[in-house]
Amino acid sequence: MSRRRRLSLGQRLVIAAPYLWIAAFFLAPMLLVAKISVSQSVLARPPYRPIFQFSDSLAELWAKAQDFTLDSYRALVNDTLYVESYLSSLTIAAIATLITLIVAYPFALAMARAPERLRPILIGLAVAPFWTSFLIRVYAWIALLKDEGLINNALMALGLISAPLQMYATPGAVVVGIVYSYLPFMLLPIYAALERQDASLREAAADLGASPAQVFLRVTLPLSREGVIAGSLLVFIPAVGEFVIPDLLGGSETLMIGRTLWNDFFSNHDWPAASAAAIALVALLMVPLLLWERARLKEEGAR
Amino acid sequence: MSAAASYARRATLLAGFVFLYAPIVILTVMSFNASRLVSVWGGFSTKWYVALLDNEQLLHSAKISLAAALVSATIATLLGLLAAVALARFGGFRTRLLFFGAVHAPLVLPEVVLGLALLTCFVALGVGRGFVTLVIGHVTLTMCFTTVALLAALRDCDPTLEEAAMDLGATPPEAFLRVALPQIAPAIVTAFLLAFTLSLDDLVIASFATGPGATTLPMRIYSQVRLGVSPQINAISTLLLALVAVALGLAAAVSYWRAGRNFRGMKTLARSPDKAS
Repeated sequence: MSRRRRLSLGQRLVIAAPYLWIAAFFLAPMLLVAKISVSQSVLARPPYRPIFQFSDSLAELWAKAQDFTLDSYRALVNDTLYVESYLSSLTIAAIATLITLIVAYPFALAMARAPERLRPILIGLAVAPFWTSFLIRVYAWIALLKDEGLINNALMALGLISAPLQMYATPGAVVVGIVYSYLPFMLLPIYAALERQDASLREAAADLGASPAQVFLRVTLPLSREGVIAGSLLVFIPAVGEFVIPDLLGGSETLMIGRTLWNDFFSNHDWPAASAAAIALVALLMVPLLLWERARLKEEGAR
Repeated sequence: MSAAASYARRATLLAGFVFLYAPIVILTVMSFNASRLVSVWGGFSTKWYVALLDNEQLLHSAKISLAAALVSATIATLLGLLAAVALARFGGFRTRLLFFGAVHAPLVLPEVVLGLALLTCFVALGVGRGFVTLVIGHVTLTMCFTTVALLAALRDCDPTLEEAAMDLGATPPEAFLRVALPQIAPAIVTAFLLAFTLSLDDLVIASFATGPGATTLPMRIYSQVRLGVSPQINAISTLLLALVAVALGLAAAVSYWRAGRNFRGMKTLARSPDKAS
């Protein structure tokens, strides 16, 4: 089969519907966002000055190109709110990813080493919460973390603390929310990597005198690397752009870029600024993905 | 395995499941609490559920959410099926890379960005926002998930079976409909359910894509939740959790039954190899 070929009429009909849908409702809107991000902000509806239109003549296009502005991007760099939002998003997402990994790894290991007939049930139970409402699962944590919430009440009843700990409306609460919500994304790839491992490798290491700790550090852990990397990306990437968790569990000073963007759009009506922030966010998230892809290709090439 | 390791494994599993399920269980218990306060148990009561029935706004939103989930999951499953067929069976066509990238991009794109893009597009086109734009938004969001699920299923089923059907005179569409489609039927159901639950649950895309007449259930829940914990929200949350639990239980029972049947079928085949051949 040639690598690139023309499709038959029937094949074109099959591909037309999904292709048109993506072009109309994903590619075109993304280009529009890119366009708005270089437009000037005006007080109108829609609140930006359009740059290009299909009806423009070449001369008009040239005239309008003078309007082209990188103001929104410049503002992005100079505006401390945005800079802090990006940095704080990255920090919170990184800490949350690390904690998710620490929680998920032993959990996945225990599932992978459970008797074989129990494994499908265990994995089913671990993934089931993922099918329930994300919003409700985040909401459930409010009742636990609040000042007069269940955790504080339990700790005070036990006499461990005398005054309630401030947990709700802190960056820590956001981290807990991310760990809880995204745990299945970390669990599944690590479990898959661990379950595939050949038990005879560990036995061989033990026979050759390795202690259980050495077996884990030098056989089990390195062999599950792919699962750890995939899981970390699956948690980190959505966590950076998260809106619901910081909005419900974080305090007003817990900045995350998804939330800042939302506020800029809905409260401040600054579409060019929000669009520039969106484009910058997409560019930011492409970096880990491309690095991952490159590492994967290199590994495949080495094989 | 040593006894100590076995205990450690069980303790880890227990701790993991407590972490996963405790918040959900507590929420469910609170929904039957007669007291408004989280920390006070005022006795068992179903009054918050009764109050739900009088909450016209919430019921209306629930209807809109269910309708949007039904319509958008149907469209997303169909489009996802077509996209998966193109990616799995058409080989390397010219714009495959663009198509592949665009189909998968919403998976990693923050929802806020996708929502913003859709809204600017609707405003630029001058389309009034409401139920239709809500469905468009949800199809765009969920189509990538259905494509991924169906693509995996299509790759798992053997293309030589379809080729055999075509050698025997079936046209490619016939071969697909009568050979491949029955094989991926369970994946189609899974893809539909995935799209359905994602649509039912979505807050971010809906907030951007919908209009005043079509406020979804998550949007109502969200605006209530921002004001703090509310017993009525506990009640509706419990109902939604129960719905998912029943659906998952049914799905598990069906897959268990199917697995058992296949297993028995294989055992019969294994016992009489001469008859099978």
